[in-house]
Amino acid sequence: MIMPNQKIAPPSDDKRWKVVETTIRRNGSSSGALIETLHSVQEWFGYLDDEALTYVAQRLMVPMSKVYGVATFYHFFTLKPGGKHTCVVCNGTACYIKGAKQLIDAMAEKYDVKPGETSKDGELSVLSARCLGSCGLAPAVVIDGDVKGNIEADELLNVLEGVINNDA
Amino acid sequence: MTPDELMDVAQGLQEKDASIPNHVRVCTAASCLSLKSDELAKQIKAELKEVGKDKDTKVRCVGCMGLCSAGPLVSVEAEDQKPVMYQKVTVENAPQIAESVASGKKVKDLVCDTDSPFFARQQKIVLENSGIIDADDINDYIANDGYQALMTAISEMQPNEVLDEITKSGLRGRGGAGFPTGLKWNMLAKTPSDTKYIICNADEGDPGAFMDRAILESDPHRILEGMALAAYATGATEGFIYVRAEYPLAIKRLKTAIRLATKNNFLGSNIGGTKFSFSIDIRLGAGAFVCGEETALIASIEGKRGQPRPRPPFPAEKGLWGQPTSINNVETLANVAPIVRKGGEWFASIGTNKSKGTKVFALAGKINNTGLIEVPMGLSLREIVFDIGGGIPDGQEFKAVQTGGPSGGCLPEEHLDMGVDYDSLRTAGSIMGSGGMIVMDKTSNMVDVARFFMEFCMSESCGKCIPCRVGTYQMHELLNRIAEGEGTMEDLAKLEELCEVVANTSLCGLGQTSPNPVRSTLRYFRHEYLELIDGKHIPAGAGQEVAS
Repeated sequence: MIMPNQKIAPPSDDKRWKVVETTIRRNGSSSGALIETLHSVQEWFGYLDDEALTYVAQRLMVPMSKVYGVATFYHFFTLKPGGKHTCVVCNGTACYIKGAKQLIDAMAEKYDVKPGETSKDGELSVLSARCLGSCGLAPAVVIDGDVKGNIEADELLNVLEGVINNDA
Repeated sequence: MTPDELMDVAQGLQEKDASIPNHVRVCTAASCLSLKSDELAKQIKAELKEVGKDKDTKVRCVGCMGLCSAGPLVSVEAEDQKPVMYQKVTVENAPQIAESVASGKKVKDLVCDTDSPFFARQQKIVLENSGIIDADDINDYIANDGYQALMTAISEMQPNEVLDEITKSGLRGRGGAGFPTGLKWNMLAKTPSDTKYIICNADEGDPGAFMDRAILESDPHRILEGMALAAYATGATEGFIYVRAEYPLAIKRLKTAIRLATKNNFLGSNIGGTKFSFSIDIRLGAGAFVCGEETALIASIEGKRGQPRPRPPFPAEKGLWGQPTSINNVETLANVAPIVRKGGEWFASIGTNKSKGTKVFALAGKINNTGLIEVPMGLSLREIVFDIGGGIPDGQEFKAVQTGGPSGGCLPEEHLDMGVDYDSLRTAGSIMGSGGMIVMDKTSNMVDVARFFMEFCMSESCGKCIPCRVGTYQMHELLNRIAEGEGTMEDLAKLEELCEVVANTSLCGLGQTSPNPVRSTLRYFRHEYLELIDGKHIPAGAGQEVAS
C-alpha cells in the first residue's frame, strides 16, 4: 500500500520524467492533476504504456482503475505506440461531405490499415480526427504534422508513398 | 493604471503606428498557416529589404481574414493608397507584393475583391480585430481599445452596473443553447462564496465548426478581457480556459496572451492598482465531445472522466470543486468587452427582437466562399448561402444547409428565406448551435448524412445514461440498415419511436439532441428514406456502397 509520505520514483531516470514531474507539481500533485499529467507523459513519450500509467497512479494517489478509465475515455490519449509516420484524416462534416471516406478506403486497400491502427510493418499509423477546424481545406489530412488540403485519394497515396520511401 | 492612462498609452501606440507609411498583413490563422503563410511573411520581409522598403513597412502576422478558401490572404496598405487584399498568395509571389509596396501599383492577378458581398455584408463585433492585429502583440490589442472596458469597469463602475449592461444587451450564450448571459452571471453573483470560478468553454467539438478556434488564434486578449469582466461582475477570483488539445496554435497564443496580460497587470493581483484580483489558467481537453456539456467539462477540469451529472444543482450554485461557477463559450466572452465599452443598448440595437447582436458562422461544405463570417442576427439563410457564401460550386443545385452540428438539423430550400436567430431555427427543427453551417448540394444523400451524425453521437456518448448509450447505438444500426437498402417500414417506425425516447429521457444535451439530424431529415427528406426502403430508386448521389 502507498502511504501519503512515501516517495514514488519515476520508472526510469529518463530526463523526460523531470518535465512530467514539473507538470504534476504545478497542478497540485493530486487527483486533479491527472489529465494534465497524462497529456505531459504522452507529449514526451508519444503514448501511455502500463509502466507510465502505474507510475502516474501511484504518484497522484489515484486508483489504477481511475487512471485507466480516464486514459481510455478520452480519444486524445493512446495506449499503443504509433507507426513511424502518421496520417490523420479529418472526418468533420465538411470533409465527410467532400470525400474523406474515399481517403480512408484508399489507405485501407493499399496498406491494410484502418483508422486507429498501425500497418503491420510499423510504417504508417492512420488516425481520424473529429474536425481539424480547417474546413476551408476539405477534405484535409495531416501527414507527419503537415496539413494537406483539398486532397484526392490518388494524390494522398502518392504523398504517403513518398514519405515512407524517403526513409528507406 | 487608470483608464485615462491606458487611453494615453493607446493613443501613443496609434500615433506610432500611423507614422509608419506602409502596412502588410499576412493571415497566419490555422487554415492559411497550413498553406505555409508564415514562410510567406518571412519572404515578404526579405523582399521588402531588397526593394529598400523594410524600414518604413510594418509586416504583421495577423489572425483570420475570413475567406479561408482563397488563402493565404495578404492585405497591403501602401502609403496614400486604398488597402488592397490579395488572395492565394504563395511564397513565389513575395517579390510582387514587395514591389507593389514600393511602387504603389496593385498586383492585378492576385487582387481579392473586398467590395464583394462576402466582405461587404458582414458586421464585425467579435471579429473586429481579426485579421488586423498581431495576436502575440499585446500593444496591438491595446491600440485597438483593448482592456479599455476592463479598466473603466474596475475603476469607475460597480459590479452590478457591469451586470446591468450585460443584461440590457440581451446577449445570449453562443455555445448553442442561447441561455441569457446576464441571467447566468446574476445567478453566480447572488451565490455567496469566497471562491468562485469563471470558465471559458473552448472545447469546440462540433465537426465543421471553427469559429472559436479562429477567435482564440486571432484575438486571444479579447477572451481574457471578457473573462476578467465576468469575474468582476460576479465576484469570481479564478478563471480557467478549457481548450481542445487539438488546437495547438490557439493554445500557444493563449499562453503568450496570459503571460503578457499578467506582466502588464491586466490579470493577476490588484489589477490596475484596484482591489480586484483575477488570474487565468489553461486546461487542455482531451478529445471528448461530451465535455462541451458544462457539468462534464467541470468533471474533466477536475481530472475525471468527462461525464455529466444531473442539474440542479446548477454550476452557478455548485460547480468546479463544489464552488459556484459560470461557464461561458468563447464567442459569448468575446462580446463582453465591446458591450461594456459601448453600452448594452448599443448591442441590443443590433439583431432581432429576441436574438441580439451578431453571430459568427463557419461556412463550409459545398459552397464557393468557405470561411468565417460575422453577420447580424436575423439575416436570411439565402443571403448567407448565396450572397455571402457565393452559392454552390460546380453548377450544382442547393439541397440543404446543416446547422448546429450533431445536435442540429438539415434545413431545405423552403426555409432559405427564414431569418437566422435562436428561435426561428428551433421552430424549423434545427438549432443555432455554435455556428457551423454546412451546405449540401443535390449529390448529398440525406440518410447518409443522418447516419454520419448518429455515428458521431454513438461514439461520443459517454455511456453514463442508458437512453443515450444504447439508443444512439440502436438508431445507428437502423440507419445503417436503411442506408444500405435493407431497411423495412418497421425499421423506420422503430427509428422514429427511438428518436422520441432518446430525446425525452437522456441525461444531458448530447443525448437529448442526438435525434435532431434524423428528425429533421425525416421531416424534410422523408422520401429519401422511403426510396431506400422500397429499393426501387437509388436517391441522387447515394454513395457507391448503396449502388453496389
